[in-house]
Amino acid sequence: MAPSKLPLAVDHIPSEKRHVYDAEPILSGRDLRIQWGHVVGLDGVNLDLYRGEVLAVIGDNGAGKSTLIKCLTGAYQPTAGQIYLDGKEVDFKRPQDAREAGIETVYQQLAVIPALDIASNLYLAREERRPGPLGSVLRMLDKKGMAKRAGDSVRELGIQTIQNMNLAVENLSGGQRQAVAVARAAAFGSKVVVLDEPTAALGVKESGMVLDMIKQLRDNGLGVILISHNMPHVWEAADRIHIQRLGGCAGVITPASHDMGEGVAIMTGAKKLTQDAPA
Amino acid sequence: MTTSTSDAASRFSGRQQSPLQRLQGLLHSYPWVSPLVILIVSFIVFTILNPRFATSGSMGLLFQQTAIVAALAIGQTLVILTAGIDLSVGAIMVLSMMVMAALAKDGGMPGPLAMLIGLALATGAGLLNGLLVTRINLPPFIVTLGTLSIFTAIALLYSGGSSIQASHLPDFLNALGNGFSIGGLRLTWGVLLVIVMYAVVGFILSQTAWGRYVYAVGDDPESARLSGVPSKRVLLQVYTVAGLLYGLAAWALIGRSGAATPNAYPQANLDSITAVVIGGTSLFGGRGRLVGTLIGALIVQSFAFGLSLAGVNQQYRVLATGILVIVAVGIDQWIRKVK
Amino acid sequence: MQFVRSSAAARRIVAASGACALALSLAACGGDSGSGDAASGGSGGGKKIGVTLITKDSTNPFFVAMQKGAQADAGKNNVELTIASGKQEGDDQGQIDAIEQAIARGDKGILITPMSDGVNAAIKKAREAGLYVIALDTPPDPADTVDITFATDNREAGKLIGQWAAGTLKGEKATIALLDLFNDKIVSVDYNRDQGFLEGMGIDVADGKKNGDEAPTGKYSGGDYEIVCNEPSNGAEDGGRTAMEKCLAKNSNINVVYTINEPAAVGANAALQAEGKKALIVSVDGGCAGVGSVKSGVIGATSQQYPLKMATLGMEAIAKIANGGAKPAVSEGLDFFNTGVALVTDKPVDGVSSITADEGAKICWGN
Repeated sequence: MAPSKLPLAVDHIPSEKRHVYDAEPILSGRDLRIQWGHVVGLDGVNLDLYRGEVLAVIGDNGAGKSTLIKCLTGAYQPTAGQIYLDGKEVDFKRPQDAREAGIETVYQQLAVIPALDIASNLYLAREERRPGPLGSVLRMLDKKGMAKRAGDSVRELGIQTIQNMNLAVENLSGGQRQAVAVARAAAFGSKVVVLDEPTAALGVKESGMVLDMIKQLRDNGLGVILISHNMPHVWEAADRIHIQRLGGCAGVITPASHDMGEGVAIMTGAKKLTQDAPA
Repeated sequence: MTTSTSDAASRFSGRQQSPLQRLQGLLHSYPWVSPLVILIVSFIVFTILNPRFATSGSMGLLFQQTAIVAALAIGQTLVILTAGIDLSVGAIMVLSMMVMAALAKDGGMPGPLAMLIGLALATGAGLLNGLLVTRINLPPFIVTLGTLSIFTAIALLYSGGSSIQASHLPDFLNALGNGFSIGGLRLTWGVLLVIVMYAVVGFILSQTAWGRYVYAVGDDPESARLSGVPSKRVLLQVYTVAGLLYGLAAWALIGRSGAATPNAYPQANLDSITAVVIGGTSLFGGRGRLVGTLIGALIVQSFAFGLSLAGVNQQYRVLATGILVIVAVGIDQWIRKVK
Repeated sequence: MQFVRSSAAARRIVAASGACALALSLAACGGDSGSGDAASGGSGGGKKIGVTLITKDSTNPFFVAMQKGAQADAGKNNVELTIASGKQEGDDQGQIDAIEQAIARGDKGILITPMSDGVNAAIKKAREAGLYVIALDTPPDPADTVDITFATDNREAGKLIGQWAAGTLKGEKATIALLDLFNDKIVSVDYNRDQGFLEGMGIDVADGKKNGDEAPTGKYSGGDYEIVCNEPSNGAEDGGRTAMEKCLAKNSNINVVYTINEPAAVGANAALQAEGKKALIVSVDGGCAGVGSVKSGVIGATSQQYPLKMATLGMEAIAKIANGGAKPAVSEGLDFFNTGVALVTDKPVDGVSSITADEGAKICWGN
C-alpha cells in the first residue's frame, strides 16, 4: 500500500549517505491539497522524508510551507491527498494523533513553561508516575526517575551546558531553552521531528549549538524536517531542500547541487529548476 | 564549541555573589521563606509587646481565628495560580452555609445529608464559574464579579435575610466548632479539617501531574496547550475544586459562629486574596506554594490579634494591615527579579 | 439549518419577541413594586401614594424586618411601596440611585436609613422636588437634612442596658469588654449605644461621640471598673466570637460584655463558653432571635427596638401629608420622633423598668 518513492532530487547525494535513501521513506505526502473557500493553501504537493536525513523546507511567506507541515503533523486536515507514515496511510485528526504516532513538533515559540524545571518540561503532559500503589492510587510523580531520564535525553543530543535538570527553564538562555524543546521532541519522537524556525531568535554561537543538535538527531536515526528562513543554516544542516512556492513544490535540491543564491531564486520564481542542472 | 560554552556557563554559576544576591537567590527558589520570616518576626515583636501573645491559649485562639480564611484561601490559591481571581469566594461560602442550615432546620434533613448537599451546591457554583471562564471565555475577574452578585442574591432570597441559630441545627453541622486540647493548646475540629485540606491539596499540587498542569496553565497557557496539557479541562477543574473547598469552609464557619447567617464574614474575598498574595503567590499565575498561603493567612490574623493584645488603637490597626500587604508584596517583587 | 427564510421575516420575529418581552416585564414590574395588596387594587379608592423605602442593605435582619413590615402595611395606607437598598454598608451610591429613581417616579415621600452624609445631597434634591423625607433608625448628620427622623433612641437603649448591668453587679468590680460595630467606619448607632451603655453604668465617657477614649480604669455607679478592650464585631456572630476571643486573651476575668447587637452577643457567648467562662452579656435590638437568647440566658438583657413601627409610622405620616394632613412632630426633648425602646430581661433590676422575655417575644421583629 506504500506509495512509490519520489525522485530524490537532482543528483549529488554524497555516497556515504546513499544507504539512507535505499530504505522506504518514513513519512510521505502525496498530492496534498488544502483549500479554504477560494484560497488555495496547497496545490497538490508531494513529499518524501527518510529516516536519518534532514529535509529542509524553504519558501517565501505564503508559499505554503507552514501549511504543509501542519497537514503532516495533524494541525490541519488536507482536503485531498494522502499521508503515509512508515508505509501505512494515516489520517491525523488533531496534533495529539500525530504525536502519538511518533511525530514530534518543536514550535517556533518553543512551548516550554518558564516556571517549571527542565525535567518537568520534558515530561509535560506525559508524566511518569511512581511504581506501585504510590503511583497508581496516589498518582505520585516519579520525579527522580524523570530527572535522570531527562538528563540522559539531553546528553544524547550532545548538550553539555545543561547539567541540573531541576533548574527552572526561565533561568536558561534562549539556546538552552531551544535545547530543552528539541530534547523533548527527540525523547518522545520515535520517528519524525519537525523543527519550525529553530534558530530564528538565537545568536551565532547558540545557533551553532542547535544545528549540531539537529545533526545529532539525524545521526540517531530520526527523520528531521527543518523549516527555516535562514539560508546559511539550511545549507549547513540540510541533506535535501524542498522548495515551496505558491502552494506547490518548486523542486527538491541539495546543498551540493545548488548554492544559496540559486535556492532563493527558485524560491522566488526568478529561476526555474530543471532536471539537467550543472553538476 | 560546546566546551567554551560550558566554560562560560560554569564561570557564570561560580561567580562571586554579594550576600544580598545570595539571599535573593535563596528566596527565589523557596518563595515561602520570606513570608515565614515575616511571620516569625511578627510573632517575636507581638510577644515583646504583650507576653500573653505567646501563650498556648492565645496560639490556639489564633489558629481557630485563622482557620476559615485559611480554608477559603486554598481555593483562591488554586485560582490565582492559573492567573485568575475569584471574587465570589464569600458569596459561595454564605450560600452553601445557608443551604446546609436551612435543609437541616426547615427541611428536617439529617446533618450529614444537609452538609453534603450544601457542599455539592458550592461545588456546582464553582463549576459555573469554571464554565463561564472556559466555555464563554470571559475573564475570571468579570465572571466572579458577576457570580458574586448572583450567589449573594440567591442566598438572600433563600434565607429571607434571617439567620439560623446553632440550637436549631443538628450536632453534625455544629461539630467543627467543638474542640479538644493538646497540652494547653485548644484546637477545634475545624482547625484540624483545614490542616488536612492543606495537606491534601498541597500534595496534589506538588506531587501529581495535575498539579503541574495548574502551574503550566497559569504560567504560559499557550505553551501548555501546545505541549498537550488539557488546559481548558484543568481550568474548569480548578474552579470546581475551589467551590468544593469553599463549601467545606462554610461548614467550619457554622461551627465557629454558632449560627448560619447571610452576614457572615463580609471581608472574606479580600482577606482570602490578601493571604494568597502575602504568601508569595504571584497574581500573574504560575508561581507560588500552598504553604505560603497558610503562612500568609497566619500573618494577617497574627497582626489583628497581636495589635489588639498590644492595645493599639483601632484605626492604627487598619493602617498597619495595609502597610503589611504592601511591604510583603514589595519584598516578593524584589525576590522575583531574576539576576 | 435555516429557521428563517428572509431577513425581513427575521426582523419581524425579533420585533414581535421584543414586544412580548417588554409587555411581560411591565406586567411583572407592576406586580413586584408594591405589596400584594397594592397591586390588587388596594383598599381605599383613589390614586395610590408612592413611597420608597431605602434601607442600608437587604441582608441585615433588622432591615429585612423593616422591609417586610412596610410591605405588609402598605395596602392599609393605600401606598404604592417601592423597596430599595444599598448593596452593603458603605454603599452610598446605591442609596443615591434609589433616591433619584423615587424622584423620577413621582413618589410623595421617602423613608430612608441613611448610609452616611454622602447621601445628603440626594436627599436635598428630593425635598426640593417636593418629596417628604423621613429618616428611619439613624438620624442623618446634620439632623435637619431630612424633614424628620423616626428612630430608636440608641443612646437611651445603651443607657438602659448600662443601668441594668450596674444594678446586677451590685457593687462587684466591673471588668468590661466593649464589642462595637466597626473600627474602620464611624457610625452614630455605634457610638450612641456604646457611650450610652457606659453612661448608664455611670462611667465618664470623655468625648460622647467617640468610642474607646474613656479612662481604662475608674469608678462606675456601683464600684470600680476596668475597660479591657474595644473590639469591632461587624455585628455578626463570627466577628463577635473573634472580638471576644481577643478580649479574653487580654484579660480572662471579663464579667461584663457590651455587644452592639444580638448576633455579636451570640458569637461572644460562644467564645466565653469555649473558655469555660461566664459573663453578663448585654445587647441592643430585640429581634425575636435575640429575645430567645434572653430567655435561654445567653443574653442578660437587651434593649428592644421597633423597626416595623418606624416603617409603618413613617408610611402613615407620608400618606397623611399626601392627603393634606398635618406633618409629624418630634418627641419632647428630642430632635427626632422616638419610636420607643424597652428593656427586655428576665432578671429585672430595681429602678430600671423592663419587660420579660415572653412579653418581648410578642412584639419582637424578625424571626
